Amino acid sequence: MTTIFDLSLLAFEPPGWGKVLLVGFLRSIELAAGGYLLGILIGIFGATGKLYGNKVVRDLLEIYTMVIRAVPELVLMLLFYYVGTDLLSRASTAMGFGSVNIDGLTAGILVIGLVQGGYATEVIRGAILAIPRGQIEAAHAFGMPPSKVLRRVTLPAMTPHALPGMANLWMIATKDTALLAVIGFSELTLVTRQAAGATQSYIMFFLAAGVLYLALTLVSNLALRRFERYARRGLVSAR
Amino acid sequence: MANEPAIEIRDLRKRFGSLEVLKGISLTAGQGDIVAIIGGSGSGKSTLLRCINLLERPTSGEVAIQGETYRMRASRHGDLEIADRRQVQRIRAHLGMVFQNFNLWPHRTVLENVIEVPIHVLGMKRDEAVHRAEKLLDRVGLGSKQSMYPGFMSGGQQQRAAIARVLAVDPLAMLFDEPTSALDPELVGEVLSVIRDLAAEQRTMMLVTHEMAFARDVASHVVFLREGVIEEQGPPEQIFGDPRSPHLKQFISSVA
Repeated sequence: MTTIFDLSLLAFEPPGWGKVLLVGFLRSIELAAGGYLLGILIGIFGATGKLYGNKVVRDLLEIYTMVIRAVPELVLMLLFYYVGTDLLSRASTAMGFGSVNIDGLTAGILVIGLVQGGYATEVIRGAILAIPRGQIEAAHAFGMPPSKVLRRVTLPAMTPHALPGMANLWMIATKDTALLAVIGFSELTLVTRQAAGATQSYIMFFLAAGVLYLALTLVSNLALRRFERYARRGLVSAR
Repeated sequence: MANEPAIEIRDLRKRFGSLEVLKGISLTAGQGDIVAIIGGSGSGKSTLLRCINLLERPTSGEVAIQGETYRMRASRHGDLEIADRRQVQRIRAHLGMVFQNFNLWPHRTVLENVIEVPIHVLGMKRDEAVHRAEKLLDRVGLGSKQSMYPGFMSGGQQQRAAIARVLAVDPLAMLFDEPTSALDPELVGEVLSVIRDLAAEQRTMMLVTHEMAFARDVASHVVFLREGVIEEQGPPEQIFGDPRSPHLKQFISSVA
């Protein structure tokens, strides 16, 4: 039993693996946060494009969200990562910049962001449709330019409707980072596997990783709940 | 400039699919005129009003505000479309509209609703906008409610806040689209009394309403719309006291 739960292996200094685990955890958070933010940006553009864009824009976005939602995430990530980086360095070579080496964090954020963006597009589109039409119409009636209507009326008014779905997406983003272990990104799951393999303390290290993921979820939940209270400040609750 | 009519509508037509809702309306509101538009449901009253600030794009015809005609062009789907977005935004910024369902922005307090357009469309300084908004809210009896969110107020209070929001842009003309139709009966009076107050200041108004007694009282000119055409118009004494068209007679007796 002592070999399974030898807590000294979690110590910060080598031969403990605590620091390695924590660094992996931080990288997971970086990936999730970066990918999530990128996903929100894509989602806002995607949703407004689907709602207000011309036919070409709408069709392209339809294909994007369809592909993202139909293909398993792991496949998408492998596809985006290998094909994406390959295309990028071919393009760069062709333009005479020589081959580029896109760093792992950027690639990971792009990959997660592209997947998140597909779902966020649909969440935000639904949330915008839930705004009573008159609120947006009133802004137009006062001569507000469209970009301001979006920033000052549409986005804040849709936020409370989007939050439950967007909170889900954040949880999914935190867990999707684990899929990046497959492409060799040193996030929490990969370093946990390395630590466990090196010490043979599988149960302890995976439990430790599980606790870290759980902690992230609990803290996120608190923050999201606070933000939801703020976003709903003007809404009379139906409950 | 001062002699230009505030609102001039020339041969306006509007078609929704195969249904022609407005069939050639010409109507002028001079400075300080208070025009009440009455008529049965489906007569085109609201559509007419919404064509004045182009929330609805006419199929043909012209609208001019203070002598400036909207620049429109033909579009593929049949209606006219806006040819000069900046012109429309500039004119709209000085045309206040009060909606049936208030349409306040729920994520902003009453005060924030009133200062929104002055600051973010007209470019007014925040201090000045707040100062003016406080006075306007006092005027509509909401001085103590300025930090409340609209969703937590009564319909009458929301509509008064919406009127303050319009007054904050110092409008060339005010458009009222059935401002009391969504209110509980006991709240109608407080909103009408605010509008009556504004009418006494000689502000140009165009008002779609079902409140006949109010229209008779306040309007300088009454327009009876039926099936997309102006069937009869004139001063309120004539429209309500001596209606000619049998349809108008019938309409007045049915709503009275």
